[in-house]
Amino acid sequence: MQIIIVGLGKVGRTLVGQLSEENHNIVVVDMDPERIRNVSTRFDVMGVLGNGTSYSVLQDADLEHTDILIAVTESDEVNLLCCVIAKRKGNCHTIARLRNPVYSEERHFLRSELQLSMTINQDLEAAREVARLLRFPSAIEIDSFSRDRIDLLRFKVPDDYKWLGHPLKEITPHVRQNILVCVADRGGEITIPNGDYVIEKGDILTIIAMPLEAERFFYDIGVKTNKVKNVMIIGGGSMAYYLIKILLKSGVDVKLIERDRKRCEELVEAFPDAMITCGDGSDQNLLREERLDSMDALVACTGIDEVNAILSKYAQGKVRKKIITKLNHIEFDEVIESLVLDSVVEPKYLTAQRILQYVRAMANSMDSNVETLYRLMNNRVEALEFLIRPKSRILGIKLADMRIKSNTLIAGIVRDDKLIIPGGQDYFKEDDSVIVVTTNLGFEDISDIIETEF
Amino acid sequence: MNNGMIRFVLSWILRLEGLLMFLPCVIALVFREEEGWVYLILAGIAVAAGVFLSKRPDNMEIYQKEGFVAVGLSWVLLSCYGAIPFVITKEIPNFLNALFEIVSGFTTTGASILSDVEVISHTSLFWRSFSHWIGGMGVLVFILMLLPMGSGGSHMNLMRAESPGPEVTKFVPRVRTTARLLYKIYLGLTIIELCLLLITRMNWFDALCITFGTAGTGGFGVLNSSCGAYTSVQQWIITVFMLAFGVNIGFYYLMLTRKASEAFKMEEVRTYLLIVVAAVALISWNVFRSYDGMGHTVRDAAFQVASIITTTGFSTTDFDLWPSFSRTILLTLMMIGACAGSTGGGIKVSRVLIMVKEIKEEIRSLLHPRSIRKMRMDGHVVQDQTMRSIMAYLVAYFVLFWVSFMIISFDGFSIETNFSAVAATLNNIGPGLDAVGPTQNYLAYGAVSKAVLIFDMLAGRLELLPIFVLLYPGTWKRH
Repeated sequence: MQIIIVGLGKVGRTLVGQLSEENHNIVVVDMDPERIRNVSTRFDVMGVLGNGTSYSVLQDADLEHTDILIAVTESDEVNLLCCVIAKRKGNCHTIARLRNPVYSEERHFLRSELQLSMTINQDLEAAREVARLLRFPSAIEIDSFSRDRIDLLRFKVPDDYKWLGHPLKEITPHVRQNILVCVADRGGEITIPNGDYVIEKGDILTIIAMPLEAERFFYDIGVKTNKVKNVMIIGGGSMAYYLIKILLKSGVDVKLIERDRKRCEELVEAFPDAMITCGDGSDQNLLREERLDSMDALVACTGIDEVNAILSKYAQGKVRKKIITKLNHIEFDEVIESLVLDSVVEPKYLTAQRILQYVRAMANSMDSNVETLYRLMNNRVEALEFLIRPKSRILGIKLADMRIKSNTLIAGIVRDDKLIIPGGQDYFKEDDSVIVVTTNLGFEDISDIIETEF
Repeated sequence: MNNGMIRFVLSWILRLEGLLMFLPCVIALVFREEEGWVYLILAGIAVAAGVFLSKRPDNMEIYQKEGFVAVGLSWVLLSCYGAIPFVITKEIPNFLNALFEIVSGFTTTGASILSDVEVISHTSLFWRSFSHWIGGMGVLVFILMLLPMGSGGSHMNLMRAESPGPEVTKFVPRVRTTARLLYKIYLGLTIIELCLLLITRMNWFDALCITFGTAGTGGFGVLNSSCGAYTSVQQWIITVFMLAFGVNIGFYYLMLTRKASEAFKMEEVRTYLLIVVAAVALISWNVFRSYDGMGHTVRDAAFQVASIITTTGFSTTDFDLWPSFSRTILLTLMMIGACAGSTGGGIKVSRVLIMVKEIKEEIRSLLHPRSIRKMRMDGHVVQDQTMRSIMAYLVAYFVLFWVSFMIISFDGFSIETNFSAVAATLNNIGPGLDAVGPTQNYLAYGAVSKAVLIFDMLAGRLELLPIFVLLYPGTWKRH
């Protein structure tokens, strides 16, 4: 694919490195000649010097033949403008990094009105990652899916699960949550289970669920989620802002230490339920006073990596369950590994990974009606996202009346940005995104899921 | 330094040269010449040795240093091996002379040590002319299309070292695709010229060799009179194509992909054409009296100007007999050279253009000391780094020029001869003035002088630095 990357900061560079390895044609645009030179000596990419919001610069970068434009400059506005211009003049997908919380609140509007394919907020991304780490133990693997609206969770069925030996359709009425088992892995044999699937010891199941419901589901079935009940956050930056928001929503007690008085006041205004302390988080006395040793978890997310690392080391043995360290520079990953930190979160790296995931999904779905295509379980399962177009022949048919191919599952319908776990009475509407999980590889259109009649 | 990778690149060069040597064998077959056997055996050896030595190194990375060294050594290897057939066939028994001849071929110079080319076998004549075509676009660029390498930076580091001009411009993101495009355009133009010459009834062998000479902006002819014996139509075709090959290949890419108007906006191409027109006009005016008609005057003037500014070096007339003014213009054109990114040599129009602009900026800043200005080329600001590398290039150019001029002056030729000899080799033109004029050759120079001129040709083709890098002791240090 032909890709333009605007902005060669850390995210930009990570993307260039990965994508050029994956055989995409890449043009980089930046205002700094030094950065362009560095990148174009290290990778086989074309550099264009100039402002990415200028049409003529984008033209130099061959916008006409571009499939994706990724705008990851420092400035949100530049990123947005880049994408708008690219969308207007070239027929490409656009991805913008937006950091200002104002924009990320409005991302649905931005996506639909400015026709952005994807917006990404690195602080939000990091906050989500932290929340996920706090919520689930490592025994549960999580794949984020369909532009982050859905999580796919993979876990091993516990040995003492009371429904062992029962088929799924018997269990379903007893499960209070809105979840769906998508893929079952029994000793390497992959199936897409239907109602008759019998759960056995050692099965590894992949379920689709909204994040909060998943948590309750795991609690019900007896998988220890090891959930933390209270968290101390040090440093009140934008990542902390999003994190508090997520944590409060899921009922976790939050204690935050921030040095800047004004910022503290802003946070208090936003979150009356959180406990905000104004003080130096690297002051041992303060930490003792705030009873660090009685906390379940610590999140060190000040702006300085060294402080975060030292705080995390200090907290080891004091905090009961989890320590999360935010780091901005992980170039010296061997050094970081040797520190034996509990969990490390790296916002820019995460952002780059997310964008990569999206680009890969796009590359997979080129030349077909598939919106995005993910390959799971060593490429043996495909999860496809289709957009229901007007006049589709399966519009308005109840799922119960459709003859769907075996080993194919309609895992979710995303309507107005909300996930619906479909039942027999549901049907497709125009502009729905439908997620199909299947082991029949190579679907090209939503109508391919229906059994062809003889 | 990554020696394994350099060896790997060199083994590919050898393999490639071997493959290319099979072509003269075909010519030998057609003309039933015994020399073909020599080429066949040497080709076989080169391919075998190349395959034998091409063990993949563990580290496939080429950094900037390796890039320069690999390019420099590749050209040395290419030349040394390419000279062997001349020695074995006894057509040029002295190895140094043979080396001079083939270096002159690969570097697209066209300076010869042969006083009578018509006695040389067709096979060797073909090899000589074909070397122009190979050297014109560059062997490394060719190899880039084939060779697996570490990360993408490796390609760029090789390309940078071999491409003529102050900066490498890629048309498309990938070096490999760019290289392929370059060769497609190059091959396309070559075929068009060949067809035109054949249509005008040129003998096919001459047409082939002359086309190679034009495409690579080399200048080896197959007749003693160079291009003087061809018809006026053929001479015009050659003139046009010499000029065409002196244009930045990016120009053709723009013509093919985007609007032609954008292509004609390239400042370098405009300046180049302007210089050509001005030079033709001035020379025509200057030599008009010694000719019988306007048509002939302009034809000869245009041919010679095209031949010299693109650093080809063909001739239709003995321009050494022209008045001083015309000869001075030609000498100036030798220095300016063709466009960057073409197959031509010389300082390059873009460098000259940037220097002239720089002088203008300097004068302006004298008048308005506090004004801040940035120089632009094609609407883009010229970076300080580019500026500095142009300065370094020019200084190196003149130092090398002067040193070579000094050394060869021991041989007792006139200053005009020596000056034009260095100018003609360093700028990859071929014929100079006086004793090395279009009807003369370089045989009379001593061994040391020839070695110096060989060095000048290589340095000129590779834009000085890759060859200087080989001589710089720091390059070979382990750390």
